[in-house]
Amino acid sequence: MNAPFLLRFGSRTQTSTPDAPLALPHLMLLIGGIALATAPHIQRLPLWIAALAIAILLWRTWAAWHGGNLPRRWLLVPLTVLIIGGVYFSHRTLFGRDAGVTLLVVLLALKLLEMRTLRDVVVTTVLAYFLALSAFFYSQRPTTAFITLGTIMLLTSALVAINAPHRPLRAHFKTAGMLLAQGIPLMVILFFLFPRIQGPLWGMPADAFSGMTGLSDSMSPGNISALSQSDEIAFRVQFDGAAPPREKLYWRGPVFWQYDGRTWRAGDVAQSPQYRFESSGVPVRYSVTLEPHNRTWLFGLEMPASLPDNAYATADYQLLSRAPIRARTRYELQSYLDYRAQGGASAEELDAALALPAEFNPRTTALARSWRNSAASDADVVNRAVAHFRTGGYRYTLYPPLATSADSVDEFLFDKRMGFCEHYSGAFVVLMRAAGVPARVVTGYQGGEINPVDGYMTVRQSDAHAWAEVWLGRIGWVRVDPTAAAVPIRTSEGLAAAVPTDEAPQALIRLDAPWLRTLRFNFEALSNYWNQWVLGYDIERQRTLLTRFGMPTPDWQNIALSLFWTMGLVVLLLSLWLLRRVTHADPAQVAWLAFCKKLRKRGLARHASEGPIAYASRVAIARPEQAQAIVTIARLYAELRYGPQTDARRIARLARMVQRFRP
Amino acid sequence: MLAQLLHRSQLYRFIQLKRGRGTPTAGTVFLTHRRVYIMPTRSGLAFAVSLLLMLVGSINYQLSLGYMMTFLLAGTATVAMLHTYRNLVHLHIDAGKVDDAFAGDSARFHLHLHNPGHYERVAIEVRGGDSAARCDIRPRDSGTTVVAVRSERRGWLALPLLTIRTEYPLGLFRAWSYAHMDVRALIYPRPDDSELPPPEIVPAQGEATSIGQGSDDFYGLRPYQPGDSLRHIAWKAMAHGDVLLTKVFSGHGTAELWLDYDHLPHNMGREARLSRLTRAVLLAAEAGATYGVRLPGRTIEPAAGDAHFDACLRALALHELA
Repeated sequence: MNAPFLLRFGSRTQTSTPDAPLALPHLMLLIGGIALATAPHIQRLPLWIAALAIAILLWRTWAAWHGGNLPRRWLLVPLTVLIIGGVYFSHRTLFGRDAGVTLLVVLLALKLLEMRTLRDVVVTTVLAYFLALSAFFYSQRPTTAFITLGTIMLLTSALVAINAPHRPLRAHFKTAGMLLAQGIPLMVILFFLFPRIQGPLWGMPADAFSGMTGLSDSMSPGNISALSQSDEIAFRVQFDGAAPPREKLYWRGPVFWQYDGRTWRAGDVAQSPQYRFESSGVPVRYSVTLEPHNRTWLFGLEMPASLPDNAYATADYQLLSRAPIRARTRYELQSYLDYRAQGGASAEELDAALALPAEFNPRTTALARSWRNSAASDADVVNRAVAHFRTGGYRYTLYPPLATSADSVDEFLFDKRMGFCEHYSGAFVVLMRAAGVPARVVTGYQGGEINPVDGYMTVRQSDAHAWAEVWLGRIGWVRVDPTAAAVPIRTSEGLAAAVPTDEAPQALIRLDAPWLRTLRFNFEALSNYWNQWVLGYDIERQRTLLTRFGMPTPDWQNIALSLFWTMGLVVLLLSLWLLRRVTHADPAQVAWLAFCKKLRKRGLARHASEGPIAYASRVAIARPEQAQAIVTIARLYAELRYGPQTDARRIARLARMVQRFRP
Repeated sequence: MLAQLLHRSQLYRFIQLKRGRGTPTAGTVFLTHRRVYIMPTRSGLAFAVSLLLMLVGSINYQLSLGYMMTFLLAGTATVAMLHTYRNLVHLHIDAGKVDDAFAGDSARFHLHLHNPGHYERVAIEVRGGDSAARCDIRPRDSGTTVVAVRSERRGWLALPLLTIRTEYPLGLFRAWSYAHMDVRALIYPRPDDSELPPPEIVPAQGEATSIGQGSDDFYGLRPYQPGDSLRHIAWKAMAHGDVLLTKVFSGHGTAELWLDYDHLPHNMGREARLSRLTRAVLLAAEAGATYGVRLPGRTIEPAAGDAHFDACLRALALHELA
């Protein structure tokens, strides 16, 4: 036992790879699976790791092909330590999402160099499954799912291959495909009925949520226009009934009170505790599926009149989640489009809504004072300002010229007269405050596009918008959209129609060819379906679904119970189908057993070790008068049973002869 | 009542089978669902642990597709368990012919596995004693495996408890069953490698028959020399050693040999004498001589032919045993 083992490691002259427990095609399956599992990560890996992994995979393939020797262990161990050190150097840590994936890639590649036993192959395969799963940390798009399905197929085929190495490659694919196909019903049941738990179970690594786009907690010239160039989806809305007209679709987000001359921020305003407004008319009911943006804002139509779970509202009418939105989140809301927002107007709040840094924008302040002096009321001031924006020759642009002085509002209002919504809303609020009208900036999204395929409204980052609210005493906080005043088409038709055609970013050019539109709508509806039912399937969806299927209290115990019974039932059905009893045995054998039984009754039982011919010769000696029949029956049976092919006519003949046989 | 319950219980049957108790089954063994057992392998346990880790990761990061992949693998593993079980259950095992052997060699038991199912059986492993053989069986077809069992002494060698097992398709589960077949091989005494000539030849029934120097009758063996006729090479004897031997023929007329236990040197023990006689029988049969065997309490009259040869070896194998 020991000798060949020593030989394996000691001999330098061997030409083949006797330590490979896998035949070449099966090793290729495994290498292919690992390559496919690595592929989605390859761009994110540190360059040297990517190069190293590719090199090892290629070299291993070459070595398998040409029978090169695998490196010896004394070489592998320091190599592994060195590479892990390198991973630490690249990521500054060995933990967390990115470093973890890098480590997994490295370990898999190195494990390929050290496959000496069947156990190594199994360990490698399981590690590769892990790597395949880790692709979902970064993307859960349908394409990623397809790649991963391919990986699973290859790896499962490799598992089949090591258990029946003598069979052809095609048989392994067929078996693996059949197993996966039969596993799908169980997957579906587990997916819908496995009790969902609200994660996370432990602290997430810091790098888990980088790179999410969305509104920011401050507004300075340029950041909304930059966001507007993104075609990414901010959220999707499903209305109960018809969607309100586009002009009324103001999706409220962060509210900014504090201005330092350049940037608007929320500020630390001591807010009144109440969230209240007077409503009239019929509420709009809808559900929002919010893409993760790693902040706490929940967007709703002005003004939201209900509160989603795990959320709270502020006096300035913001809906905030208790935890950052790090996964696609779905919530139901109802809003009144006609309202009087009189909350959040304490003395402190109104003071905060009038605060301005004194030293900036003298021309703006002068203009505001002149309005104040000649106007009869606050409402009159507001109207004059709106009229100013409408008639002032202002242009709307995605690429506003950069401010050259500290008086950026002066520059915008009097010199350049070109800007984006953040310029308009910011300048408007500065004017109002200078004229003594309490005002604040509200950001969010404006508009949305109905997808005719599934009826969902899509709101994109390009719909990001900023507007203003002024306090008009008894009427309350009133929305004023200076951008709409200057560029009415912005709110009626959307951004792409409002900006000059030569500067509309690629993402915003909605190709108008009808078939392209149809294609896009279909694709987005499909992807929404995917988001709603696959990616967005969470505790809430699970409960809703199970309630619809008639489960009165879908708590986790009941869900687990239903999972147990459904799984049990399906496994039972599957096994009944797989193990359906063979009702008809081999007809030749049936005849032969009948023949043996007849002889046994006459005291000529067959010994267990006797083959048909030996038995027949013995019986023929005992019954010489029937020797002919006995030998013929045995010959026929042996030929039918152990011969290369069966033949229905000869089986029939055998049965006939046995029937006639009377010992 | 209690005893009946006990006998019906799965565990009881399992222990009985495992210990090789219970009565050996004569004829066909059918692997019913009651006698096929299944357990996860070490790979299966490792796979389960990694599925658990995948699930925890998916919960923590709220990965819907992570859930999906974990559940797909779990479903596939469950299906694989059914397939492993199905790969083994409802298999017929028939004992086929048995190649008898000389003590020290391996007796070969041929086993016919019949697959009555509509699906192929893959990588069925049959273990008995210290040998294992694998085979695939096509739907409604039979396959033959050979279990070689090393013999130690002459006499009957029963086929040890057979373990039939399979881990196909994924190696995550192992299904196995036991078959205790009523088959035995006859183990002949090991022919010794003594110097020629064979044991003393005693005239039959007082009628002296001397060994002549003719050309037809077998006299003995000598090492092969180039030029010897190929027809005279002792192929059968060669099979038991690795030297080419040439048959030497003698005299005229028919020699009638008596291979007599009592005429062997007295300092030889019983087993040594039986070994010597076995070799003599082999040589005599090789030569086509007419020979008889005389053992204490048993005499086989001189004759020739295969049946006689078998009877002589059988008598030697079972001397003072059966």
